[in-house]
Amino acid sequence: MKARYASTVFAAGLIFFAGYAALFIAPDEKTMHAIQRIFYFHLPSWIAMFTALSVVFVANVAYLATRKPKWDALGVSGTEAAVVCCTIGLATGPLWAKPVWGIWWTWDARLTTTFILWLLYISYLLLRGLLDDPERKATFSAVFGIFAFLDAPLVYVSNRLWRTQHPQPVIGGGSGSGLDPGMGKVLLLCVIAVLGVMIIILLDRYRLEKLRQEFDEVRLEYETLNLEPASIGKERP
Amino acid sequence: MKNFENLFAAWMVVWTVFFVYEVSIARRLARLKQDIESLKQQMRER
Repeated sequence: MKARYASTVFAAGLIFFAGYAALFIAPDEKTMHAIQRIFYFHLPSWIAMFTALSVVFVANVAYLATRKPKWDALGVSGTEAAVVCCTIGLATGPLWAKPVWGIWWTWDARLTTTFILWLLYISYLLLRGLLDDPERKATFSAVFGIFAFLDAPLVYVSNRLWRTQHPQPVIGGGSGSGLDPGMGKVLLLCVIAVLGVMIIILLDRYRLEKLRQEFDEVRLEYETLNLEPASIGKERP
Repeated sequence: MKNFENLFAAWMVVWTVFFVYEVSIARRLARLKQDIESLKQQMRER
């Protein structure tokens, strides 16, 4: 428990310093000026989302291979963490786009594939709640999660394959791309901070899911002993 | 500072989403622990 509090305090400190660096230390961008500073939390939220989705994909495959409930718990935990990061990315994007593009949103390949990704994982969480049997729920989630993951690489390559309103990649985008070293250092700090927060919420959600599995076992034991359904926790998905 | 409102709104979105989600996990965790205890208590009583 002490380690958990220590890591939370460390992540909070890191995120505070990263915020300060993004606002006051990072160099000013020549054309967009202040609004470009959204970049320091917009891009890291996507990096955190892709990291969480990779964890989900591995967990889904591992569940189908082993049928161990811990992989299902990791899958659903990673999905929620990814949806949180995706929501942040989808919300901060338009706030940056409006002053720069003059519009909040456009249905170009990057934005559309990202929105579909968000809808797919929201559906994963909603549909999962409709199933009662733990094994069916876990199997369905694993198969659906693997299917949904197919959209993730498409999101990544969309602005490389098609002409989009969304800018071409700043990092690793071929000739002419790249970041000012001062911006790069602040970005790295922000990526570490947001990844840290994502890992903490993923681990907290994992603890919750393991406890929910324990609750299901206790409830099953109660129902077996008493031959009647337990009234506690019935409303919980 | 030009476009300060949008920059401020973006920062608020980031911290609000993370904070609300973390609080929701803590609340669900506390409720679940309480439910497990209640169920175990009922089993002991029978």
